[in-house]
Order: sequence, then structure tokens, then C-alpha cells
Amino acid sequence: MSATDFSATPATPATPRRDVAWMGRFNASLRYGVLLLVGLIMLYPLLWMVAASFKPNHEIFGSIGLWPQEPTLDGVISGWRTGTEYSFATYLFNTFAFIIPKVVLTVISSVLVAYGFARFNMPGKRIWFAAMIGTILLPKSVLLIPQYLMFRELGWLDTYLPLYVPCAFATEGFFVFMIVQFLRGFPPDMEEAAVIDGCNSLQVLWHVVVPVIMPAVISVALFQFMWSMNDFLYPLIYLSSVEKYPVALALKMAIDVTEATAWNQVLAMSTIALVPSLVVFFLAQRYFVDGITSGSVKG
Amino acid sequence: MARGEVQLRGITKSFGAVDVIKGVDLNIAPGELVVFVGPSGCGKSTLLRLISGLEMPTGGSLHIGGRDVTLTHPAKRGIAMVFQSYALYPHMSVAENMGFGLKIAGVPKAEIQAKVAAAAEILQLTHLLDRKPRALSGGQRQRVAIGRCIVRQPEVFLFDEPLSNLDAALRGQMRVEIARLHAKLDATMVYVTHDQVEAMTLASKIVVLNAGKIEQIGAPIELYRNPANLFVAGFIGSPSMNFMKGKVVATDEAHVAVRLAAGTLRLPRRNAATAPGSSVTVGIRPEHFSIGEPDSDDIAFFEGEVELVERLGGETLAHLRVPALAEEGLTIVKLTGDAPLRIGSRLRIGVRLSHAHLFDADGRAVGTPSAKIAVAA
Repeated sequence: MSATDFSATPATPATPRRDVAWMGRFNASLRYGVLLLVGLIMLYPLLWMVAASFKPNHEIFGSIGLWPQEPTLDGVISGWRTGTEYSFATYLFNTFAFIIPKVVLTVISSVLVAYGFARFNMPGKRIWFAAMIGTILLPKSVLLIPQYLMFRELGWLDTYLPLYVPCAFATEGFFVFMIVQFLRGFPPDMEEAAVIDGCNSLQVLWHVVVPVIMPAVISVALFQFMWSMNDFLYPLIYLSSVEKYPVALALKMAIDVTEATAWNQVLAMSTIALVPSLVVFFLAQRYFVDGITSGSVKG
Repeated sequence: MARGEVQLRGITKSFGAVDVIKGVDLNIAPGELVVFVGPSGCGKSTLLRLISGLEMPTGGSLHIGGRDVTLTHPAKRGIAMVFQSYALYPHMSVAENMGFGLKIAGVPKAEIQAKVAAAAEILQLTHLLDRKPRALSGGQRQRVAIGRCIVRQPEVFLFDEPLSNLDAALRGQMRVEIARLHAKLDATMVYVTHDQVEAMTLASKIVVLNAGKIEQIGAPIELYRNPANLFVAGFIGSPSMNFMKGKVVATDEAHVAVRLAAGTLRLPRRNAATAPGSSVTVGIRPEHFSIGEPDSDDIAFFEGEVELVERLGGETLAHLRVPALAEEGLTIVKLTGDAPLRIGSRLRIGVRLSHAHLFDADGRAVGTPSAKIAVAA
């Protein structure tokens, strides 16, 4: 067969090829259709909440539709004012007043402890690690009363201290476990190179390990931020003055104090309370996706 | 003791109950390029890590440049190390990677820059200084890892299988570069590899390790010509030396006669401390066999049947069944050029008996060859 024969052949499979293309498009649209539908079902309550913020109170339970028939900013405005002497801004500020130290302390302590577990040998290491995993499995409610008594003895009730000081001691075993697992995936060569370059253990941690495990560190910060933002129980137990309430308690208060709850206000404030988590999540998102370790070890 | 001199005295290392290094004594002279070779798990990397200080010895002492550094922090030993995985810091640029050690030591920025620039010049990395490691090829990364060492101006460079992650062509190229670098810097280098070609071409001295012990120390060609024992004889040289079991039947001042499977070889051997009746092993390198040798007293001839032929282009490996040499197993013969061999055909091969090696029942070399071995096989 000469070379020219090849140019003559491609006309024959034209019809089947068009069928294949059509099938591919059909499959894709089916797949995306199902995904879109399921995604919409999952997102609907959230969208409904946002939409309901702009509905008058009587309309909220009147229809399941998204679009407000009589759009109004009443819910947002009076919700922001709240039924108390403080505006919603106070509660948002209160939330950050303990969440920021909580996140910072969690990250620092978890990274330190995880680095210790992942890279150093100490007597009884396995037992300590097992004990730490044990604390993850322990139901939180078991600790409530002893912790409450302890913090009462320390005179920390009605302060933010019980909410974030424990985090300075890597009490969130899950985060330690997560970082340990992440570290185990890295060969220790880089750290050894840093030791030869003259680093002590903390310098190795700061200059080499932390930049490399940044995706894990950011995940920890993000989870802790979101979970703390949503935390209701601990602030409820330890905080008694309204002026110190975080968002979660303020929302609950809005439901409690008035007999006929202004749901549009509650939902409007819930929507606002969501914003910080969303912003933080989208800022941090690319770090989960894109690890920065490529190129450090063999290519 | 001079700068760059390394002395190991009775170094041992155990991990739990496992003795990995079983007493190593070694002197490395300034400016030498010493290569540790041995099979996987022989302890060569551990020995290097002991010198680097990443591992602490269980016993013995280590001196570098006359200082006892047995318990000294790695950074204060005057060493720098190139890792098999390069171990570059992924978040730092090439320049930052190379200058990191100096930065930690608190060296002023301008000085770091000057030193990094000088090292980059040597390694032709100047145009890459702003890049991150992930934007470099394997060979470039390895050069950065070497540059990181040069910047620190160590007494001793340590290389832990630095070329094993590179492809064959690049490996050859980097090997030449390392040899050139050694000549240029005139620094002491300790190099771990399992690649014989690297060991033979780079080393001024090879240390053959096996199961945590030194089997033999010597210049590459010395190890090739006069292996001290069966292990070194089998390890150095590719393909491996052929070993034939036999019994000594007679000895005189200059010869040892050994009976093999069928036939007796009269090996020229001086100072052979062996007696008739003792078990020995005769070793002959594949490249010492040849075809078409003229008949002569010191050449022995064998007939064998070709069972397998491996053609490498420049040379041909023939796997022969030679009943005279061994009852079982094949004898490998390395022939130059593209020898016209057919499987199943018979081949007459000759070997100059002064090339044969002789080992006693414990695997130690017996005596010295009577005749001087010609360099060309």
C-alpha cells in the first residue's frame, strides 16, 4: 500500500463517528443534568434562606417559592438592630473576639504536637498517640460538667477564656491527627537537609515543614473557624451576659425573646452570619486544591 | 590532622536489636573521593548518615579535620550533603535554597548573595536563580542540591546516591560533572552508590561494604584485579565473575592445582596457604575468556555449548554450559564485538590462567598471582 492510500480512507467512518459524537453529548448532558438537579435540591434551603431575608414575615410560611412577592429590607434592618440594646455588629465582633485567638492557638498547638508525633521518638509515643485518638472518640458532653467546674474554680465563667484557652494545648485531637497523617506523606529528607543547613527543630518546623504542609494548616484553620462560628453549646454554657454573646446565641435569642418570632429578621441575620465563613472558605480554597510540594523531591 | 580528613574508629550502629554497622574503621585523606558501594541494606547509606550526623553512632568515634565530631550537631561538622531525592525546599527559589544555610547562620545578605552567585557560576545555574524547584528538570535540581553544598564551603561533601533518580543519559553527564567538580574544588567527597560504573569511574578509593562491615578498601582497579574475597570478586565487575567450586589436588612454590568438575587447572599462585584436599573456589571474569587464542602453556581451553546470547552491540555475552568447569550452572563469557554465535553451537574458549582468582573455603583470596596480569584482557 502506498502512502497516498491513507489520504483516501477517512471518508468511510463518517456516519458512525457522528453517532459516537451524539452519544457523547447525550451522556454528558444526562450526567450534568442529574448533577445540576441534585445540586439544586441541596442548595435550595440555603437559597430559600437568603431569599426569605427579603420577604415580609407573613410571606415566609405562605409559599415555598424563592422570589419575594413584596421584597423588603425590613428584616435586614430590624434584624441588624436586634431586639436587645446591642446591634448585630456587637455579636459579630464578639464572635471574632474568641474565634480568632481560638483558630490561631489551634493551628500553633496542633502543628507543634503533630510535628512531635510525626518526627520525634519519645518514650511511650504509641500510647500517647492512642490516648490522643481516644480523646477524639470521647463524646464532648462527657467533659461538659468537669470542664465547667474547673473553669468556675479558675474564675473564668462569663469570659471568652474557656472557649479558646484549651485550644492552646492541642486539645483538638482530630486536627493533630490530620496533620500527622499529612506529614507522614512527606519524606524527611527536606528536614534533614535543613538540619545540615544549621536549623534547630523549631527552625526546621518554621522554615521548612510549615510552608510544605500549608494546605493542611489552612484546612485546620478553616475547619476550626467554621466549626467555632457554628458552635452554640459552649458559648451557651460559659457566657451569661448578653453583651458578650456571639452570633449563634444572638440568633437563638431573637427566637426566644419575642412571642411572635420575626423569622425574616432571624433569617436575614443568619445570612449575614454565613458571610464570614464563605469568604474565608473561598479565600482558602485554592490551598486545598493546589499543594505546593511539587518539585521538592524526585521529579 | 588536615582539613577535610575523615577518620572513623570502631563505628557501630544498632537500630534496636539490629546491628546495621558492625565496627567500621576507615581513614579518608583530604581531597579524596571515596565511594561506598555494596548491595541494598549493606549499611552504606547508614554509614554516610553517621558521618553527616543525621544518625548518632552506637559506639566508636568520628573525627573530621582533626576534631572529634562524634556527638557534634550536623551543621557544625563542616559537612554538606546531597540527598537522593534532592531535598530542595519547594517554597524557596533556587537562590534561597542555596543560601538557606548561610541565612540560618546569620551571614549578611550581601555576602550570601555573593557566595550563591559564585556557586551558581560554577554549576551554570545563574539563569535559574529566581526559579522554584518545581520549574527545574531533574538534572538542574540535582545541580541546585550540589550548589547548596558548595555555598557552605564544607570540609567534606557527602553524596547519598545522588544520580539514582536521573535517567541514564543524564546520569552519565552528571557523573562527569561531579568528577570535574571534585577536581576543581579539591574537596574531600564521600559518595554512596549501588552503581558500579559510578564507583569505578569516580572513586579515588572504593569501600566495599557488606552486611555492615567493610569487605575491602582500595583503588577501583586494585579491587578489580585483586579482590580480597569472594564477595568483592562477585560484586565488582559486570557481569559478575564466574565461580567454580573445586578441590586442591597439589601445590608447589608457584602453582596450585585445582580439580574442577572435570579437569584440573594449574593456577600460577605464590604464597598460597592451602593444602591438597581443601575446598576452594576458582573465579574467572567473563571478559577474561576469549576465542581464537593461540595454544600456549599458560592458557587453558574449554569447550562449551551456547545456551543464551545477549548482544550489547559493542560486546556479546554468551552463556555457556561448560562441563569441564561446572556441573551445574552456566559460565558467562564476554566477547568483544558482535561475535557470530548461535544458540546450541559449540564454542572453544580460552583463558589465561594468571587471570584466574582463587578463594579458600571461607571466601578469602589465596596467594598472589605468580605472573603479572596484563592490563588488556
